[in-house]
Amino acid sequence: MGKHVVLVEDEVNIAEAIRFLLSNEGWRVEMLANGTNAVEVIRNAAPDLVMLDVMLPGRSGFEILSDLRADPDLADLPILMLTARGQARDREMAERAGVSRFMTKPFSNAEMLDAVRDLTS
Amino acid sequence: MVREALTGSRIRERRIMGGLKQAVLAQEVGISASYLNLIEHNKRRIGGKLLLNLAAALGVEPQALTEGAEAALIATLRDAADEAGLSAEEAARADEFAGRFPGWADVLANTRKRVAALQQTVEALSERLAHDPHLAASLHELLTTAAAIRSTAAILAETKSLQPEWRDRFHANINEDSRRLSDSAEAIVAYLDTGADPTDAASSPQEEVEYFLSAHDFSFAQLEKGLPDPGLIDSMVNSAPELKSQAAKYSAAGVLRQVVEDAGLLKLSDLRTAMAEVGTDPLALSRVLHCAMPSLLRRLAALPELGAGLVVCDRSGTVIFRKSIEGFTVPRHSACCPLWPLFAALGQPGVVISERVNQLGRADSPFDCFATSENILTPEYNAPPLMQAVMLLLPAQAGTGQGAPVGSTCRICSHDTCRARREPSVLAVGV
Repeated sequence: MGKHVVLVEDEVNIAEAIRFLLSNEGWRVEMLANGTNAVEVIRNAAPDLVMLDVMLPGRSGFEILSDLRADPDLADLPILMLTARGQARDREMAERAGVSRFMTKPFSNAEMLDAVRDLTS
Repeated sequence: MVREALTGSRIRERRIMGGLKQAVLAQEVGISASYLNLIEHNKRRIGGKLLLNLAAALGVEPQALTEGAEAALIATLRDAADEAGLSAEEAARADEFAGRFPGWADVLANTRKRVAALQQTVEALSERLAHDPHLAASLHELLTTAAAIRSTAAILAETKSLQPEWRDRFHANINEDSRRLSDSAEAIVAYLDTGADPTDAASSPQEEVEYFLSAHDFSFAQLEKGLPDPGLIDSMVNSAPELKSQAAKYSAAGVLRQVVEDAGLLKLSDLRTAMAEVGTDPLALSRVLHCAMPSLLRRLAALPELGAGLVVCDRSGTVIFRKSIEGFTVPRHSACCPLWPLFAALGQPGVVISERVNQLGRADSPFDCFATSENILTPEYNAPPLMQAVMLLLPAQAGTGQGAPVGSTCRICSHDTCRARREPSVLAVGV
């Protein structure tokens, strides 16, 4: 069985494109369209990677990120944040909260796949 | 050097700009080249028919060669000199500069105007981008949609053997996203286009109130005639096209009630009579009129002929009323400069502060500020006061000195060594 990623993204068409790209690379993609239960789902699924949008219905990506890093079992979990909020202060906030990689939208598919490979190699 | 004495310099400059030799121009107007040389070096006065002939030969209006034509230009150059911190002696040579180098003087004056316009734009956009939630959300939507299109288009272009169902699905997604992108872009342009009706662009109830008050020139004659009918204020706010939100109507009604209360304490006609006697100094007026200072400051601001500005803040320092005045920016969304006398008054109840200030920026004009604060609650034993501060701004008379430097808000303030700075400035000359 391939590697497992949880993708938390409320923008359906982006989520679909990412799912397609990662599936082609052999990933099993679990998708969540809001942040409400994201921490619980991730904790139970124990994935190899989390891809996280920032502005989500329910809970923001920053809140989810903080909660995941507060759990000692998930302290080393690779988390790739994808956001249209590319300002320096958003990046700093994500880094302080323990993000593994921060990418701003729009990004190229190659950039995204390279980041995924880097984080999970 | 007086402007009249520089007619010769202007003739010389126009001649050179036109590529005419001195001898040719002299011959054309029937004088010797040596005499024209004396005129051009301001060693001979010129007027009458010779001036008209020279103007005709140079293809300009005679006034362009004499003092009156460039009064506005010289005033602009003097403003530029003041802003650049040139000495008074150097600034006084604006006439000479304009006379000798009219082309360069035009360039300098136009550049100054352009800089002022751009600075105004920077202020407005900086405010809007930093604090406008609607714009931030719209841009986020735009980028998100662009990201979806980019990924999907790349999949379609780069995946060699794409299954038909995936291909159809991605085509449908791109079609849907491109429509969203188009709608989002259109919505942003419409939002930024404040041209025809600025009230449509009001991003907060406070802006709606400001548009409402500006539309009435901050003057409400119907509220000046004693206690109005109970329903008048409600009727005014409900029928005002500028007041769209309930919050704006609520705030505007509060402002109008304050007008009624102040009008009951001090009639504008009595204020005008006292001003004729003692001038516009608020302290002198309060002694004559026996009127509380906060009401007096508000009433002075209500006189259209005075052209005064007014800012009111609550105990938290939030600006709850503004009557703008050219040259002193009160930020709409950002926190104001803490150096304003308004905030000093908030911490010194009962004290009337009089201070001259210059707001750094495009105008840098001095203003005489009068500020005080009052408890707006009805007194009760041991009840904490709820303070409100009021600041009146009067343009200082020209040539009577500069004031203490203050800003509008840190993001657009150029005072890089200010001890009150909260955040870096976005202006290149700032931090």
